[in-house]
Amino acid sequence: MGLSNWRRPIQSIALVLAGVLALTSCAGAAGGGSTQGGQSQSGQAQHDLVVGATLEPASMDPWHNTAASIPQVLLYNVYETLVKVDQDGKICPLLAREWEISADRTEYTFHLNPAAKFASGAPVDAAAVVANIDRLKADAKLTETLKLQLAVVDSATALDSQRVLVKLTRPSMMWLYDMSSTLGMMVDPAAASNGVDLSKQSAGSGPYTVSKHNQGVSVVLAKSATYWGTPARFDEVTFRYFGDPNAMNAAMLAGDLDVISNLQAPDALSQFSDTSRFTTLKGTTNGEVVMGLNNDNEALSKLEVRQALTMAIDRKALMDTVWNGQGTLIGSMAVPTDPWYEDLFNTYPYDPAKAKDLLKQAGYAKGLKLRFRVPVIPYAVNSAKFVASQLRDVGVDAEIEELEFSRWIPEVLTNGDYDMTIVAHVEARDLGKFADKNYYWHYGNPTFAKLYQEADEADQATGVELMRQAAKLLADDCAAIWLFALPNLVITKASVVGVPANQATLSFDLTTVASR
Amino acid sequence: MRRVAAKLAVFALTLLGASALIFLVANALPGDVAQVLLGTDATPSAVAELRHELGLDRPLAVRYLEWLADVLHGDFGTSLLSGDRVTDLMAPRIAVTFWLVGLGMLGSILVALPAGMAAALKRRRWPGFAISAAGQLGMSVPAFWLGILLVMVFAVGLGWLPANGYVPLGANPGQWLSHLVLPVATLALVQAAVLLRYVRSAFVEVLDEDYYRTARSIGWTPFRALLRHGVRNAAVSLVTVVGLQVSTALVGAIVIEQVFTLPGLGSLLLTAVAQRDLVVVQGTVMFLVLAVLVVNAAVDVGYTLIDPRQRGGRV
Repeated sequence: MGLSNWRRPIQSIALVLAGVLALTSCAGAAGGGSTQGGQSQSGQAQHDLVVGATLEPASMDPWHNTAASIPQVLLYNVYETLVKVDQDGKICPLLAREWEISADRTEYTFHLNPAAKFASGAPVDAAAVVANIDRLKADAKLTETLKLQLAVVDSATALDSQRVLVKLTRPSMMWLYDMSSTLGMMVDPAAASNGVDLSKQSAGSGPYTVSKHNQGVSVVLAKSATYWGTPARFDEVTFRYFGDPNAMNAAMLAGDLDVISNLQAPDALSQFSDTSRFTTLKGTTNGEVVMGLNNDNEALSKLEVRQALTMAIDRKALMDTVWNGQGTLIGSMAVPTDPWYEDLFNTYPYDPAKAKDLLKQAGYAKGLKLRFRVPVIPYAVNSAKFVASQLRDVGVDAEIEELEFSRWIPEVLTNGDYDMTIVAHVEARDLGKFADKNYYWHYGNPTFAKLYQEADEADQATGVELMRQAAKLLADDCAAIWLFALPNLVITKASVVGVPANQATLSFDLTTVASR
Repeated sequence: MRRVAAKLAVFALTLLGASALIFLVANALPGDVAQVLLGTDATPSAVAELRHELGLDRPLAVRYLEWLADVLHGDFGTSLLSGDRVTDLMAPRIAVTFWLVGLGMLGSILVALPAGMAAALKRRRWPGFAISAAGQLGMSVPAFWLGILLVMVFAVGLGWLPANGYVPLGANPGQWLSHLVLPVATLALVQAAVLLRYVRSAFVEVLDEDYYRTARSIGWTPFRALLRHGVRNAAVSLVTVVGLQVSTALVGAIVIEQVFTLPGLGSLLLTAVAQRDLVVVQGTVMFLVLAVLVVNAAVDVGYTLIDPRQRGGRV
């Protein structure tokens, strides 16, 4: 369900001339990591943490595989970036202490933290940063997402040992945001010559290193003894993977897990209501559950039809039914942690009578038949059933066809062989996907594409305002139907503190987590 | 000698047929590993390029024969997704499935044999009815449901055992055992419920035999008579059933491995199918087929050990 983005909008964080100010506001790590760790699998009292997660990564290499499960483990924990996004969506310093942006917004100068070093002991200096950017630029097999993000980079040069100058081909504030994620993960340039296989091992500068990947079971991170910052609070952190959400809940209830990274079945929330044993965090994610409409379909190319479908669905009731009322009701491709977010949920409120009228106006008084091809993912299948029954009431016959995800990708996502579908888009700030006519929605409204491009190239304040207009345009135009935004439901043992409530990045950030 | 040669020929032909079938079915799955490897953002041209690079665009027959030749040399290939050798991926998982199925079958026999004998002996009184009814109930309970029930009681409720997961025997024998108790019990109980019926009817047949009545008439207790004369006679049909049950247990293990998140062959197979890692799918299914055939061969040998009459043909 992790869809990666093509292009991303500009983002609004005020990064004016220096990030130093941000340093103070971003340093809010959970205080006082103590020595009592979670129970390890082997039952000994160690300073360990066991995290339950859903999708197992196929490898430890995020540069050639887009699976979101890889940065979930690696980002900020194992590999660090020049800048980091905190749980409120704000850009903070990490390997770079501060940075400057030229007046035309095409030149970034990063001042590196002189203390920073890789697990091997080598410094994270300007030469290492340049080597990383050059390495990705030279890599023909890089994922499409990273290639696109990297395309705006013209050159990277070391000004001296601690300063790096990056020139862009055009202004793009999204680039800095991308650098806070997979694109910006700094690898020890000596990794290859040290014989490190990056698909199985790690060569980062973070507080943890990849210790072991037990195929089909878990990924184990070990404390990096040489970490340059605040030392890791756990000797070992294990991400255990569960194909079955019930098995994960049972393991948590039985005390085998310290954290459920994101509860997959919101109905199960009540099982963890005992606050003396468990803490429940309800935050936001970047995951918009999008009911995609194929704008190439003759009926769906008509605005009245798209409006009618939107108004025929009681999305509040849908979220209550399908996701236990957890999540955020949204009306466009933006979530509350996005700087340009505004509540557009009521753009076209639930009104089945009006929906029928609109369908009549569009020439579908006698009914309309649409193929509803959804991937077999709990929220998608359940939402589809709910939607189909409501559409029937306004005379639209939505034929549900459930597709295994590995079949859904080539048929629906790649070939666009569908009329309506449902999938969550979990990438951050992924509004720009609607600018691409070839993407599976086939929306490609030139006004939107132009607005989006302008927003990305503008300065901060203008950029955010333009992006807000772009999001509003998508809502008014019913480019898709936004069912709801997925919640971030984290369950921890009562003794575990510092887990971020919001999932603002791809990382399951361990750097603030501690155990009492 | 001729019988052995004939059996071996059938064995080889079955394997060959199975390999062709496995290859065809695996390759008929829509979707492919190139798409999975490149992720959801890949362009169709990049997918086509990778398919070419992986050789997935060559004719089916060519790929089949190449794969077959490699398998005959003991090379199951390398995973298209992780690049690991399929044999390396399977080895630790074979151990997990072996313990689960082996101990599960052993457990089911230990439960079904005495219970079935008792049900046969007391078949007209309430203990007999009670045991048969329990068996019926056990047969109608799905394995995953029983697994969840056991987890809820013994892991979540009582906290005696871990809910799921696995620790290898070599890493920590105590933990290994505690992680296996619930899945093995689940498999054993479900299998025992089926086996129980066969044990009961096999012994009921023995009760009508002349040799049993003779033994009883010279003063042996029913239990002694059954044990001395009945077991060996009932065993011939029971070995067949147990042999067949190993195959169903291997399939049942796939479900149980999911419920208990055991890293066995079943979960490897499920993941590989979902990711369209066909080389791993083929290798795993091939191994399972081989395992079933070997068990069947062992059943054949078992007959000759149990029943001296089968040895007449001079093996």
